[in-house]
Amino acid sequence: MQSSVLLFVLLGAMALAYHFGRKRAVAVAGGVTQIKTLHSLPVYYGFYAALWAGLPALLLLGFWVGFQDSIVTSLMKAELPAQMTAGLSEGQIGLLLNDIKNLATGNIVSSEVTPELRAAADNYSRLQNLANIALWVLALAVAVGGLSFAWNMTTPKLRARNRVESTVMVILVVFSSIAILTTLGIVLSVVFESILFFQKVSLSEFFFGTKWSPQIALRADQVGASGAFGAVPLFTGTLLVSLLAMLIAVPIGLMAAIYLSEYAPREVRSIAKPVLEVLAGVPTVVYGFFAALTVAPFIRDLGASMGLDVSSESALAAGFVMGIMIIPFVSSLSDDVINAVPQSMRDGSYALGATQSETVKRVIFPAALPGIVGGVLLAVSRAIGETMIVVMAAGMSANLTWNPLEAVTTVTVQIVTLLTGDQEFDSPKTLAAFALGLTLFVVTLILNVIALHIVRKYREQYE
Amino acid sequence: MNNQASNASGGAPAKRTIDIVNASLKRRYAAEKRFRFLGVGAVILGLLFVAILFADIIGKGYTAFEQTYIQLPIDFSPEVIDPVGSRERDTLSRANYQKLVRDALKAQFPKVTGRGDTRELYRLMSPGAPQQLRDMVMADTGLIGTTADVWLLANDDIDMLVKGHIDRDVSEVGRRVKNQTIGWVDILVEKGMLEKRFNTVFFTNGASREPELAGIAGALVGSVYTLLLTLLFSFPIAVGSALYLEEFAPKNKWTDLIEVNINNLAAVPSIVFGLLGLAVFINFFGVPRSTPLVGALVLTLMTLPTIIIASRAALKSVPPSIREAALGVGASPLQTQFHHVLPLAMPGMLTGTIIGMAQALGETAPLLMIGMIAFIVDVPGGVTDPATVLPVQIYLWADSPERGFVERTSAAIMVLLAFLIVMNLTAVLLRKKFERRW
Repeated sequence: MQSSVLLFVLLGAMALAYHFGRKRAVAVAGGVTQIKTLHSLPVYYGFYAALWAGLPALLLLGFWVGFQDSIVTSLMKAELPAQMTAGLSEGQIGLLLNDIKNLATGNIVSSEVTPELRAAADNYSRLQNLANIALWVLALAVAVGGLSFAWNMTTPKLRARNRVESTVMVILVVFSSIAILTTLGIVLSVVFESILFFQKVSLSEFFFGTKWSPQIALRADQVGASGAFGAVPLFTGTLLVSLLAMLIAVPIGLMAAIYLSEYAPREVRSIAKPVLEVLAGVPTVVYGFFAALTVAPFIRDLGASMGLDVSSESALAAGFVMGIMIIPFVSSLSDDVINAVPQSMRDGSYALGATQSETVKRVIFPAALPGIVGGVLLAVSRAIGETMIVVMAAGMSANLTWNPLEAVTTVTVQIVTLLTGDQEFDSPKTLAAFALGLTLFVVTLILNVIALHIVRKYREQYE
Repeated sequence: MNNQASNASGGAPAKRTIDIVNASLKRRYAAEKRFRFLGVGAVILGLLFVAILFADIIGKGYTAFEQTYIQLPIDFSPEVIDPVGSRERDTLSRANYQKLVRDALKAQFPKVTGRGDTRELYRLMSPGAPQQLRDMVMADTGLIGTTADVWLLANDDIDMLVKGHIDRDVSEVGRRVKNQTIGWVDILVEKGMLEKRFNTVFFTNGASREPELAGIAGALVGSVYTLLLTLLFSFPIAVGSALYLEEFAPKNKWTDLIEVNINNLAAVPSIVFGLLGLAVFINFFGVPRSTPLVGALVLTLMTLPTIIIASRAALKSVPPSIREAALGVGASPLQTQFHHVLPLAMPGMLTGTIIGMAQALGETAPLLMIGMIAFIVDVPGGVTDPATVLPVQIYLWADSPERGFVERTSAAIMVLLAFLIVMNLTAVLLRKKFERRW
């Protein structure tokens, strides 16, 4: 990749510029003994030169790499002979452009190679080469220009440290706004695609329809491809699995946290707590494997021995394993809030003659309740957004059911299935994934905001 | 006082509070016991889940580190490999090595005749066996014309049979390996021509449709590339933003917004980051699909909040006196941070970074969205080559129907967990070693 080579060249140029800048500063000061006449230490003149040599060129490189392909493509498209694009739809033109690019890079081409196609491909390679050469020349010129500017600027009066520091400050601010940009990116990307989706499928069908079957019929008589986008079965499936998970995780996690923080001797606590937290570090794909290959068959056999008909991909298996995954989450959050309850409240309760369990139930638990609720809400949002376990163990069939022994599907499963097959970007099928993603994002965001608010408020109470 | 008064009045002796308390004690102590028992039960249940999970994975996977090989006396006949005798690489690489394997098998079992039976016989060996011979001949042309005993890969069905995953007692109809084949295998075992050896293929090969040829090398390299890039992107950005937010940012609406944002991003489902990657990086900026580069970009955004939060905590734990002392002797604010505060906060930041990297290493869902799910046989050679990563490989194998992939999947999980444990232990040790109380 040419631009990565250029990246390293520019980094090398920055190192060189640093060296030159320092040398230059010492020289204009009149030798090592005279550096006290400089405004800043010589290293800052080095940084100053390096920033001038590197930053503008790196920015140029970043923009160029980001936009080169689309610009070159549109140039090439503009130069295509008119009869080639005549009567073609937007999608067909896209395919044609793809073919040309594949031909230019020597990949397999889907259609017949005509002389016009060959010419267009040559034109494309020529433009790409031109763009690459232009990038190298421009970037190096900018780097050299920056260095020579810094070289000329270097005088004992130059406030090099202040300039370098304010640049560093700007970089820090840019870094810290990446978090905002990420959120913005998430919102914009899912919202735009969702708007496109809701132009094709009505809001009420999506949120209240009870039939989910995203396959769109290619032929009129195709079986099982009705293209229905009613997401209710997905919502109920998600709720069912999350509910099962919370039924496992909340009692076990909460009781474990109470025992470990109120009863357990120090040695037990110091071993049991990290071992429980191992569960939080296990990748979800491992839980998915465990659910699909161990727990699901086990539940199926157990059900069969009791005369129940359990499907091999059941909500119960997925929910159970997800519950195991969430135990450490609930227990460590509850542990934190229980520990935050002041000791004086315990002592007061003991002094009135309450037993330890009565103290826990009547004093500590009510005092810690808001924090625990916050923690549980965070756990719920995690359960709703969990993907791999349900993809591997809950199934694909959109059943509208509350029976945990049947296969259900969830929002996350459908996002994965809709986007991992072959995709065309503007079909309702792929756009549906973004609408589901938007729903998921909004729901988890609301849960998180409430939970974080409760947790923070509660913490202030006892501080 | 009250009690005495009522006694003196001559009525029935009223219950004293202490009696009520005493009467209820038994019940209350029982409740106490029950509660404590529930607590112990919850902890034990949790620990039990850990034990079962690990026992299940290890129990399913440890056999994958051994692979069944069959020893055959191969006649490297010049007529088959290189009839002209030119020893050109092209001829050598295209020769019919399958015939060598088949001839050797036929020589072992001369009584087998008939099309169906010979086909069954050939199926003892892996489709990768001829490839093995080819590699040997390409490495040493001197072999041509000699006869040598070579250990070749057995088919995955044979492997499963030898490892006991295929039940011999089931009726022949429902079994993948027929009685006749079991007879051949028993003969080979008796002659000492079939044994299990350490499975190097698992660590050196890329993905394959054949379980006996499938390995994790490609996924492992993909994971390494992705993780290195993620580290390269996320560490400077996270440290920079932590530094700004904690030390320089004025308290205003904008920084409040950033704070709330970071806390929320930490709890956004990972799959949403996959949607972001697909829509922004791939469709808008045209970053090539399925590559470690786009994977790393997505994982960077995902791990940033974790590292930022940990880094801020580390900065907070550096006492203000350090800053004041540095400022007092004339350091600029940035010099104070970079020369004094950052080095002291570094262990905490590194711990947070390692934990973030462990998270990134185990992440699957967002990478499915950006096409790292593709079936890729070659080991990637750079960050812009199509690649897959270890967790995605596990997901793909877990979906494969062949019985041989179950143990491979578990073994891959063991490798993944080993890496995660090493990373987390490093983080813990780092914290222990450099933790400082001021």
